[in-house]
Amino acid sequence: MNFFARFAQNRGALVGLIILTTIILMAITAPLFFPESPWRMLQRPFLTPFEVDGFPMGTDTMGRNVAAGLMHGAWVSLLIGLVSTTVALLIGLPLGAIAGYYGGLLDDALMRFTEFFQTIPSFALAIVLVAIMQPSVTSIVLAIALVSWPPVARLVRAEFMSLRNREYVEAARLVGQGNTTIILRQILPNAMSPIIVLASLMVATAILLESSLSFLGLGDPNVMSWGYMIGAARTVIRQAWWLSFFPGLAILLTVLALNLVGEGLDDALNPKLSRERS
Amino acid sequence: MKKTLTLAITIASLAATYAWAEEPRSGGVINTVIQPEPPGIIAGVHQNAPTQTVSGNIYESLLRYDTDLNPMPQLARDWTVSEDGLTYTFYLHEDATWHDGEPFTSADVVFSTDVYLREMNPRTRTILSHVKSIEAPDDHTVVFTLKNAFGPFILAFEAGTMPMMPKHIYENTDFRTNEANNHPIGTGPFKFESWDRGRVIKLVKNEDYYEEGLPYLDGINWHVIPDASSRAVAYENGTIDVLPANSVENFDIPRLSKLDNTCRTEQGQEYFSPFAMLWMNNREGPTADKRFRQAVMYALDREFVRDVLWNGLGKVPLSSFGSNASFQNDSLPPYEHDPERARELLDEMGYEGEEIRLLPIPYGETWVRWAEAVQQNLQEVGINVSTQSTDIGGWNQRLAEWDYDLAFTYLFQYGDPALGISRTYISSNIAKGSPWNNVEGYKNERVDELFDLAATAYPDKKREEYYHEAQEILHDEVPVGWLLELGFPTLYRCDVKNLVTTGIGLNDGFKNAWFDR
Repeated sequence: MNFFARFAQNRGALVGLIILTTIILMAITAPLFFPESPWRMLQRPFLTPFEVDGFPMGTDTMGRNVAAGLMHGAWVSLLIGLVSTTVALLIGLPLGAIAGYYGGLLDDALMRFTEFFQTIPSFALAIVLVAIMQPSVTSIVLAIALVSWPPVARLVRAEFMSLRNREYVEAARLVGQGNTTIILRQILPNAMSPIIVLASLMVATAILLESSLSFLGLGDPNVMSWGYMIGAARTVIRQAWWLSFFPGLAILLTVLALNLVGEGLDDALNPKLSRERS
Repeated sequence: MKKTLTLAITIASLAATYAWAEEPRSGGVINTVIQPEPPGIIAGVHQNAPTQTVSGNIYESLLRYDTDLNPMPQLARDWTVSEDGLTYTFYLHEDATWHDGEPFTSADVVFSTDVYLREMNPRTRTILSHVKSIEAPDDHTVVFTLKNAFGPFILAFEAGTMPMMPKHIYENTDFRTNEANNHPIGTGPFKFESWDRGRVIKLVKNEDYYEEGLPYLDGINWHVIPDASSRAVAYENGTIDVLPANSVENFDIPRLSKLDNTCRTEQGQEYFSPFAMLWMNNREGPTADKRFRQAVMYALDREFVRDVLWNGLGKVPLSSFGSNASFQNDSLPPYEHDPERARELLDEMGYEGEEIRLLPIPYGETWVRWAEAVQQNLQEVGINVSTQSTDIGGWNQRLAEWDYDLAFTYLFQYGDPALGISRTYISSNIAKGSPWNNVEGYKNERVDELFDLAATAYPDKKREEYYHEAQEILHDEVPVGWLLELGFPTLYRCDVKNLVTTGIGLNDGFKNAWFDR
């Protein structure tokens, strides 16, 4: 069975993929549907959904189009999720690989360093980092990356520890390949599947983290994100439910989709495991 | 005949009941909120707004002011001002006493103004710098002699600006650490009872108050409720009777106003007249160019903000002088919302999209939304604005160090340009380290001169000439952006009568308030 067929066997994963594709399409087509800035005040405030043509989700406290905010917000959420996960991988992968491959004192030192980060509640640390660096897309991406790399390092280390004594690694060593080559060319490709699964879940966590930060008012004040929309709607939740409902639904669906896709990837990349499970 | 008589009696008794209902009645403890919790409630030691709100009911000054800022008697039952505006004579109430029973005399007035407040309150010190001598010819007369005429002097005798402090307690002590600071002693209608930190400040009726029959209430409980929506809920479920100005989010006001037995007033802010402004850094960058600042004024849609964010309350200001301030020059043309004109001005000055940093004021949701609206207005005329959010500390610090391009603030006008307006524009008030002086760094010798002349001119006709000219210059040069004269409504149960009767509202309003229950 090929990769996609295995992935598609998991119905949930397929649904997740469809939702995720829709959201990505939303993000890409936002400027086509709503060429104007989502901050633009266009209509009376507090229009209910479908009350006026062109405002299927109504308007917010300032008369801004909620639908436009939602679509432009998709872009921000996905961007922050992907970039911060990439940055977290860039920190976690090398640390975990080095620790797992070399072992010994170096391993000890790197793992104590990792534990240092793990002992601090990640959300609290993210708040502090963003507050210190001043809220902006860059500082939020960095903060999320800095609090989410330790699990990556842990996972990669474990993979490397179990793979480094395999026969093909020994063979490579006998042929005279250097450590760097072995790490990059021999072990890493074989350790990729759990990392990919973890990364897909990390994107979901990152989106949630960004939303929570924006909800608390620590988002980038210059970009419209879902978390910001909910945070701003909080004070008027009794007058205008739709202001928090739609972005809330968007976050829920995105995170759910990413989790489903992650599970599907797990099945597709570890066919033996998933067959044993079922 | 008998029937008619019965009817007549019924009508008469009904009428009597009605008349009686309109007579103030004594009794009842009123519950309200104080936001945020004040650091202390000794009038002289702290000058924070919440301190003034609580202490204004414990301490008094010589006068009070009605909602048109006309002086009314308080500790002074009468007063005279000499022809040349240099001598102010106050005749004190003879049976006023301190809460500990000691009589209140002219010696207390001299001590409070000449010693205590000169040391403790920088704003009062500035006012008193116009005073040559303060003398007490007898126990119940005080004479202030001024170095020069100073029109706004009569407005200075407000409870938060010039509170009377007991000489017998504070003389020759360290005013800040005096043990009596834990238990305020004033002359006011209410006495301090207890302060359960983080929960409630309790005041009780002063039974020996010198004004016959006052106060009507048995006490005031100021509850401390840190969260805005919890304060709204506390009002809804009847825990509190009064929501003071600025104690709930603006978005909640329309909903709360519609509740049963709820009345709303916008009065009681006249003395302070809060004025929201946009600091514009006059020193460097595009904001140093007058045309850029004018463009900002044309770009802003101030009516929209008033209607949407402030529930239609407040006034769009004409220029530097608010409508409550005396000597407003209302012949100036208003800055209308005119994006075209703004773009022209920007083209003319050759603005090329340099980044402009906007600093919002972190005072809650309304202010965040407002910053978004301003950013949007400015972007629509082509100004490249980036908002930088900070906390209160960061906002204070960055303004004090002049590290901003545009920044929100709001200032009190204190009824007279010499007390609350000139401080924003005169160059002698440029000093790093404070977010409340001439933060924008505006310098104009003629404006300095005019404000100087106007402060000490006499009579008012002359002051007006100087102030009108100053306003013309300011209106053209736009040192700061004039956003909105804020309207902060007070919400209260309709059966609380006579609550807001003065220009400082709840700060001294509970004296006359009574329950019609």
